[in-house]
Amino acid sequence: MTALTAPFGRFTHSVVRAIPASFGEGALRTCSAQVDLAAALREHEHYVAVLKHRLGLQVVELPADESLPDCVFVEDAAVVCGDTALVTRPGAPSRRKETEAMKQALQELNLNIVEMDDDSATLDGGDVLFTGREFFVGLSTRTNQRGAEILADAFKDYTVSPVPVLDGLHLKSFCSMAGPDLIAIGSSEPAQKAFKVMQQMSDHRYDKLTVSDDIAANCVYMNLPDKGHVLLYCTSEEYPESAKVFEKLKDYTLIPVSNSEKVKVDGALTCCSVFINKKLEN
Amino acid sequence: MTTEVGSETEVKKEPEKAEEQSPAPEQDAQAPAAEPKAEAELPCGETAPPGGDGDAQPKAASPEKERKQKEPSAGKGISRFLPPWLKRQKSQSQAEPREAEKENQEKVDEQQQPGQESAPKSPVSEAKEAPGEELKSDDKDDKHSIGSADTQPAKEEKGDESLERSADVKEKEESKCEEKKEEGETPKPDSGTEKPLLKAAKKMKTVMCHVTLLDGSQFPCEVEKRAKGHFLFFKVCEHLNLLEKDYFGLSYKDAADQKCWLDPAKEIKRQIRNSPWQFAFNVKFYPPDPSQLTEDITRYLLCLQLRQDIASGRLPCSFVTHSLLGSYTLQAELGDYDPSEHRLEYLSDFQFAPTQTKEMEEKVVELHKNHRGMTPAQADAQFLENAKKLSMYGVDLHHAKDSEGVDIMLGVCANGLLVYKDRLRINRFAWPKILKISYKRSNFYIKIRPGEQFESSVGFKLPNHRSAKRLWKVCVEHHTFFRLVTPEQPPKARFLTLGSKFRYSGRTQAQTRQASSLIDRPAPYFERTSSKRVSRSLDGGGSRTQHGSANHYATCWPTSLLLSPRLAQWIRLHHPLPRGELVWSDSQTPLRATLVLNRTACLRAFWCLVCVRLASPCLQTSLWFLIPQSKLRVQGENIYVRHSNLMLEDLDKTQEDVLKHQASISELKRSFMESTPEPRPDQWDKRLTASPATSLRLQAQGPPVVKTEMVTISDTFAAQKTEISTKEVPIVHTETKTITYEAAQVGDSEPGVLMTAQTITSESLCTTTTTHITKTLKGGLSETRIEKRIVITGDSDIDHDQALAQAIKEAKEQHPDMSVTRVVVHKETELAEEGED
Repeated sequence: MTALTAPFGRFTHSVVRAIPASFGEGALRTCSAQVDLAAALREHEHYVAVLKHRLGLQVVELPADESLPDCVFVEDAAVVCGDTALVTRPGAPSRRKETEAMKQALQELNLNIVEMDDDSATLDGGDVLFTGREFFVGLSTRTNQRGAEILADAFKDYTVSPVPVLDGLHLKSFCSMAGPDLIAIGSSEPAQKAFKVMQQMSDHRYDKLTVSDDIAANCVYMNLPDKGHVLLYCTSEEYPESAKVFEKLKDYTLIPVSNSEKVKVDGALTCCSVFINKKLEN
Repeated sequence: MTTEVGSETEVKKEPEKAEEQSPAPEQDAQAPAAEPKAEAELPCGETAPPGGDGDAQPKAASPEKERKQKEPSAGKGISRFLPPWLKRQKSQSQAEPREAEKENQEKVDEQQQPGQESAPKSPVSEAKEAPGEELKSDDKDDKHSIGSADTQPAKEEKGDESLERSADVKEKEESKCEEKKEEGETPKPDSGTEKPLLKAAKKMKTVMCHVTLLDGSQFPCEVEKRAKGHFLFFKVCEHLNLLEKDYFGLSYKDAADQKCWLDPAKEIKRQIRNSPWQFAFNVKFYPPDPSQLTEDITRYLLCLQLRQDIASGRLPCSFVTHSLLGSYTLQAELGDYDPSEHRLEYLSDFQFAPTQTKEMEEKVVELHKNHRGMTPAQADAQFLENAKKLSMYGVDLHHAKDSEGVDIMLGVCANGLLVYKDRLRINRFAWPKILKISYKRSNFYIKIRPGEQFESSVGFKLPNHRSAKRLWKVCVEHHTFFRLVTPEQPPKARFLTLGSKFRYSGRTQAQTRQASSLIDRPAPYFERTSSKRVSRSLDGGGSRTQHGSANHYATCWPTSLLLSPRLAQWIRLHHPLPRGELVWSDSQTPLRATLVLNRTACLRAFWCLVCVRLASPCLQTSLWFLIPQSKLRVQGENIYVRHSNLMLEDLDKTQEDVLKHQASISELKRSFMESTPEPRPDQWDKRLTASPATSLRLQAQGPPVVKTEMVTISDTFAAQKTEISTKEVPIVHTETKTITYEAAQVGDSEPGVLMTAQTITSESLCTTTTTHITKTLKGGLSETRIEKRIVITGDSDIDHDQALAQAIKEAKEQHPDMSVTRVVVHKETELAEEGED
């Protein structure tokens, strides 16, 4: 029923959101790139299909909102851990309204909803790395100290340690969990530095899986009852070196997922879903 | 200090020590050097004492100090006051008085009051020390020796990691002064036989200490005014029947209302200064993995501490965790969820969280249902498994400011020093990375191993000098306890050195684990009381009271019954126990069988027995006993442990059930009668009844050994204690006569706050004495009320009046300091029995 008792990565539900037509033009991005909307839609469809059909998760699909071009990146709108969901206050003002639909969906899933009431706080879920033992929260252009504090307040069971994000959009733009106590991390200097900080802050020693491309370090790890370790990771077409690293993982169900369009607007694999474990609550 | 810790286990040391003394002299030589008052900065690494000293270390964390201490007088005085068990220890650990002579005695003193800094002693005293240590290593208690003694190898290891500490000079000066005073004050009889000592002791003034235990009860304890911290601490541990003591400590509030740890090695009086002699027993070192604790009782105490921490908000938890932990608390305290008993209003007596909502209570109940079948010990273990993962578990927080004046919190824990800003952890210094910790005035510094951090030294500003010192001490202690294998030796005095001599003087975690792995006693019985609820039930009126006692009842429930085979057989055949609930675990003994029951089954079986008893009081209760947790090796003393008042509560509540059960009761009775015309006490019973010592012991030992009896205390928590409810005897017609003699009551109308309540029952041939002790706090005064219920059973050939007179006399003798305020005679004559057929 709680993250205290469930194995790390155990999920039953996923919340995703469709890509609006405004995505191609309107989605925020750090570098100017042309997005092929149709390709992005296909990509996303495949992603959702993997969750739904391949992995058997209950997928809650929120409809797109044309006024919210970034709305597909649901991860930023909420942080869910155990039975508690923190509805964030995204750092980009244009994205604040994305949380409304998310909040409603989470309420319907009977989660304890915590909201960020503080107008000075900002937090993007993309800056939140939950390791199963503790939280690291990136202090980035999107997430500030106050936001991190509210995160800590919402999840009192866990230690929350801030990590400065010196480069890249989010903390998870260069890292993610690739297994229990296994952190996938990009090989860039800022990424490695961030890892050092995390290690320094933690009472626990994490294993590190270094991949050559920072963005490829963003993967989706799950531990599913009938499938064991599952990893969604970048395809070898996009990031051949990094893919090789993931493919060396033993006893994993490895599922390469293409992300070539969403990545143009800084979207990574974890960005497109919020995972929830509801099983024990039935 | 270490030594003492081990003492209980060590108990049987023999007189061999004397011989060992010979090596000691060498040590002495070293010792003198140490004495210098100037304090030194002590690099931890260096701490490892050269040669012989090393051995000594383990036991006495601060050998030097001890040696210095030699001011024998104080020690001796104390020894007089020591309770027998303590004395025993001493004698064990040290040579027996005769053999060892005075020296030994001194030594004893030292051990008891290690760490005190005192004037230079004579070489003799040092010699003593040495023997003491050695002793430890020999006898059976090798265990201990392992744990505490072989320091040396360890020390070397420490070298690298150990911290160098320096403390403010002023501090030291203070302590010096204190020491000097002590010296001056205390006479030093070098040689004292025990008798002289005793005389001296009488002169000593004593003080009453009040220790708040983890269940909220008060433990009053008289100590000699000059007693050291560990004396009181050991008294408390003894009272609690706790062996794994090293994780605990006593705290007090200083003048600034700050919580301070009582240094076991120092005189209490000097530490608390003008504060009241009021202490709290607390967990000092939270074991990172409570499952490694050896005894359930230790885990139970840790649970109590954590419940407090959680309720007070010191240990923050999420809603779900509050609920989950709360549900384990319920399971441990109440047993399986029972829809008929466990109504929601019940729960409001428990505090699961700093702010507790209805919603949370509902959640707690929901989760409680999942724990069916879990024993209290298992529930505690689960509680701890979850609690230990909490991020603030075992983190001792201190307010501070960083170098830029920003408010932060410094958290000391098993792994190191944590820095928090608001709720965020902004830095962490693991012990291995810290080279040195020090404080100066209100500043606290840590020196970091180079290369790990940008700065090699980090400073924090504490609110004041005392808080800096307190933080520093806590760091030293945590570092030693969790990080080192053996405690460091206190600084070796070089010529002129500055720095605190303070060292953690207890055992390290490694040592305590080792020692507790050797604990070899049956799991002690202990009473789980949710005292908070009990006390609340006092003012809460009727229904609450019921809850409170029902709770009590549930928590004391044994998991096994010792029955005569006949009875067991009967229960098996006739009583509606679900299959599989009875396990026959003892097939060898023809006379009895042990049923291992889950709580529900046990309850039913017991219920049945109660009914039998009610139905025919003339049947000897000796037919059945409840024993705790299948500890069969209960010879003579820790036999039958059981509770009573709860039972009654239950009876009151479920009268209908009584009626329902009548049929089966009569059947049961018949089966009794038929099979055994006259129930003969079996071996056990004989043993029990034959030895008056048993009952004495029962009384002396208190809660751990409570014999179960059918008790007629109706509502002990309410004011009408003496009223016997007769309604629980539906089956027997009795003629009841109640005579009450009452002394003029000291005008007390308000009930006060119930601090503790305990019930002890003992039995001899024809009388059953139930002692119910309640401690109540009224307007700052604590009042102890002892209620004895003496049930005299027997035929006409017993002179009841005489027996009563005797009982009253005995009661008076037992408690000479108390006055009898009320005597209620309640005479029951059985007129007829119904429902027998």
